[in-house]
Amino acid sequence: MPRPLPDDPMIRSLVLQARRAQMSRRAVLAGATGGAAALALAACAPGGSTAPTAAPDESDTDKTLRWANWPAYLDEDDDGNHPTLDAFIAQTGIDVSYLVDVDDNNTYYGKVKDQLALGQDIGADTVCLTDWMVNRWIRLGYTQELDDANIPNKKNLAPELVDVSFDPGRKFSLPWQGGFAGLAWNKEKVPAGLESVSDLWKPEFKGRVGVLSEMRDTIGLIMSEQGVDISGDFSEDQFQAALDVFRQNVESGQIRNVKGNSYLDDLTNEDTLVAIAWSGDISVINAEAGDKWQFAIPSGGGALWNDNFLIPIGSTHKKNAETLIDYYYQPEVAAEVAAWVNYITPVVGAKEAMMDIDPELAEDQGIFPDEETLSKVKVFRALSAAEEQSFSTAFQGVLLGA
Amino acid sequence: MAFGAFGGSPATTPASDAAPRRGGLIALFLLLPGAAYLSLFFLVPLVSLILTSFQAVDPNAFEIGKFVYAFQWQNYVDVVTTYWPHILRSFGYAALATVLALLFSYPLAYVIGVKLRRFPLLQALALTLVIAPFFISFLLRTLAWKQIFSDEGVVVTALQALSLLGPADHLTGTPFSVIFGLTYNFIPFMTLPIYTSLERLDLRYVEAGGDLYASPASTFLRVTLPLSLPGVVSGTLLTFIPASGDYINASRDFLGSTDTAMIGNVIEANFLQLQNYPAAAALSIVLMAVILVLVGAYVRRSGTEDLL
Repeated sequence: MPRPLPDDPMIRSLVLQARRAQMSRRAVLAGATGGAAALALAACAPGGSTAPTAAPDESDTDKTLRWANWPAYLDEDDDGNHPTLDAFIAQTGIDVSYLVDVDDNNTYYGKVKDQLALGQDIGADTVCLTDWMVNRWIRLGYTQELDDANIPNKKNLAPELVDVSFDPGRKFSLPWQGGFAGLAWNKEKVPAGLESVSDLWKPEFKGRVGVLSEMRDTIGLIMSEQGVDISGDFSEDQFQAALDVFRQNVESGQIRNVKGNSYLDDLTNEDTLVAIAWSGDISVINAEAGDKWQFAIPSGGGALWNDNFLIPIGSTHKKNAETLIDYYYQPEVAAEVAAWVNYITPVVGAKEAMMDIDPELAEDQGIFPDEETLSKVKVFRALSAAEEQSFSTAFQGVLLGA
Repeated sequence: MAFGAFGGSPATTPASDAAPRRGGLIALFLLLPGAAYLSLFFLVPLVSLILTSFQAVDPNAFEIGKFVYAFQWQNYVDVVTTYWPHILRSFGYAALATVLALLFSYPLAYVIGVKLRRFPLLQALALTLVIAPFFISFLLRTLAWKQIFSDEGVVVTALQALSLLGPADHLTGTPFSVIFGLTYNFIPFMTLPIYTSLERLDLRYVEAGGDLYASPASTFLRVTLPLSLPGVVSGTLLTFIPASGDYINASRDFLGSTDTAMIGNVIEANFLQLQNYPAAAALSIVLMAVILVLVGAYVRRSGTEDLL
């Protein structure tokens, strides 16, 4: 006969929690002795669909922070130091390890999803991921709610990015950097340039067209061309109509390359002459391989994406992460980062701060888009799990020729 | 006996026949580390893979990448009906690459193993050259070929000038470049086992063939080739098995395109992009099963003289 639970709710919940932990440990042990099959089961994520609970915050006693981010996404000097981050460490005494761990949303998610489902530490206290992946994390309860009191500079967030469909009011995420998907072309081989997405389907470009393997960018641009508002409540048929155009052009050989980050190789070796591309990249290859390419938002409209700070559910350094986010939402710091990474900064006032660093960059539409540029781009709306599954299966089907 | 072929030695004698029976316990004890290793690093993942391949979508809450254990054998039907062209293509490409690699490797191995025997220094140098590509990451080597075959590159321009290639034709992203990449990447794996066989070839047999009035061609067919068969068999296996599961060469990021996707690319897309783990697992099992059947039949057949 087990003892009755204590009355105090605090102790009660602790006892319950301890019991649960015991149960699962026993289950794992049983699995280990029960042969390979059970072991395999125990090693996999649990099938339960309950959302994990947030880890306790130890920020006040433990001044450390692990930040996982994409390559070439933070200012860096010739010695490989990050000046803005070093200043933050000196200012706050929080020891930040900067981890370049993310090179693909899906692959990163695949690596950490089992720990997330269990509410465990994933080896990072804050991570920057793209809108649609952030949407999935929030949907599954894999993130901790941000405490606005710790992020007073949140007021500097660009107004158009506040009420996004996957996180209205930005309770769980804040943008780090963003970019456009639009058209790019080789100025030497295609002097006339491109106006709209349908220019890509001209017969003279057959076999020399490259598009992105990021579904929301490629299909998003085609949908915009067809007059669909990609941030609005579009239907499955409208998505299918754009996918059909994509499939036809892949099957006819019009589109030869469908790639992720490596599409830049095709632009430089000129297998690809006209492409759907990301804005920041074109400035990078123009600087590296001669001023040969031009980027433009298509007449039908471009796509805007952001990579956003998140605090994973298992992080025990939430407040430290919030302090870091707050630091990067100061216009001067944001300008310093933007001057190096060449992506769109979400921080209002960074443009003015940039005037002091590099007035020419302050006019760059790829970093500080004005109202007119912003009016031509849309953010792909948040998809439900079922939509995401059906759309990406169809899209991957085209990529595999299936 | 079939797996004696992997040894690459034509003279392996079954030593176990002579071994005394009472060493049984010690033999078992000595087997222990190997058995533990196999069960931990082969059996456990395999069982986990099989279990995953039968998983079904969580009926209570649909979410991407979330599956529950079930016995959904339809997963296998689904992947085979959707991806059978990719399965066929994989084995077709792999078989072609194996044959091509054999055509390149046999003469190469023959020269190094037989003709260069009198010049040990040259032989060592030639062997080093065969292995030399391994000093560079194979990803980089494959990417280098992509650069060499690019539309504005020397190869394509030259072929177009010779009218061997139409003005709008290209090489990257075609079956040609994928099979080329597979052949290129696996030539060392084919050459080395054949070399090991040929290097031990007793030249007196060849001499005897000549003494018995056999033409050089028939001496080669009746003496040299059969004696080097173990090397050929292990070389073809070392090429065919990894080549059929290869996903680098056929990947869109390397030498392939949307119409050259092989089974490895399908598994990658299902696993990493779609988070459809059951489909990826089922495909892996199918791939493994087909390879086992093909290789089993091949080894059985090549174990006899019927091959010639």
